[in-house]
Amino acid sequence: MHEMAIALALIEQAEKAAKEQGARAIPGITVVVGRLSGVDPDALRAVFELAAEESLAAGATLEIELVEARVRCRKCGKMSRPEPPFMTCVECGALDVDLECGRELYIKSMDVDVEDGKSEGGVSNV
Amino acid sequence: MCKDCGCSKALGQVHGHHHDHPHDHDHPHDHDHPHDHDHAHDHDHPHVERRTIELERKVLAGNDAHAEANREWLSRHGVTAINLISSPGTGKTYLLERTLERLRGRVPCAVITGDQCTDNDAKRLMGKGAMVKQIETINSCHLDAARVGALLPEVAGKGVKLLFIENIGNLVCPAAFDLGEHFKVALLSTTEGEDKPIKYPTLFSMAPVVVLTKMDLVPHLDWSLPKCREYLHRIRPGVYVFELSAKTGAGMDAWIDYLEKLAGYVQAP
Repeated sequence: MHEMAIALALIEQAEKAAKEQGARAIPGITVVVGRLSGVDPDALRAVFELAAEESLAAGATLEIELVEARVRCRKCGKMSRPEPPFMTCVECGALDVDLECGRELYIKSMDVDVEDGKSEGGVSNV
Repeated sequence: MCKDCGCSKALGQVHGHHHDHPHDHDHPHDHDHPHDHDHAHDHDHPHVERRTIELERKVLAGNDAHAEANREWLSRHGVTAINLISSPGTGKTYLLERTLERLRGRVPCAVITGDQCTDNDAKRLMGKGAMVKQIETINSCHLDAARVGALLPEVAGKGVKLLFIENIGNLVCPAAFDLGEHFKVALLSTTEGEDKPIKYPTLFSMAPVVVLTKMDLVPHLDWSLPKCREYLHRIRPGVYVFELSAKTGAGMDAWIDYLEKLAGYVQAP
């Protein structure tokens, strides 16, 4: 199970972003997890609280938005949602497909507590 | 949950301390609290504002940055790196032993091999003309880009053309961590059953090359090559599949040819 490593990396990135904002706490984090990212949402939830201890995100709530895999068929051109684990066009059955989404693993947004007068720089880093 | 072993003890609680605290003394608490002072509140309160920030920041941005730095280092030094991933016991080390013997004197190779414990694999791979370094991860189930990067100058400098990174035997976790390799190669042994690719689709969907190992055992197994190939293609359309037995040498020529071509994939500027 590598979700602890994922959770620790999540806290590291969240803290980095929070410090850039001059925030002193992170009460909530929303993460996008693709079905093919290799990360199990339940396992991530289970270890998140422990990983967040002693960080700015201690006690934070974790929202996980799950993204299903979607493929675009190179034969018929249609988008479809394949039945995992098979990456096959649902419309025409072709194997010749491009994965459009499903591997996501990123912090979408987070709530931060910022004291008055602290900086408010924009953050975007995908 | 306890961080060390996952038991139900709260964090910070020490294991094995079962001493009693009787706490049977009295607290009289009969003094007065006059409370006749003023609360002027003329100091500043820091006003805390809660806001939501949109981030779109990758969770593994830290590892990805190390991986990119590794790829850049490898490209600058003309080294092609492949990340070998499979279950424990698929035969990664055995295949590497035979591979290094075949490539000796033809392609300068190096190996970074990962295991939870022991340097047994490094010992097996030494003396075959390649620089070999073992990473013992102790508790981790995968290699990460920082650990690999720390070894690159020592292992893959000095004219190396092909770097094999033998990952921890695990079909799940190593798939999530980019090491800065140019190609992921998944190995699958015939004894594991033909349906491994659909049981562990994440890795097999990410590997453009799959090596089927222990093909010499097929006559003794209920294992179907067409079925295995079909599963592999349905998980990763266009996947390139090698069938070989490192023990008998059958199928090794195609694998070695492929690696020789791969060694020229990255050219130092």
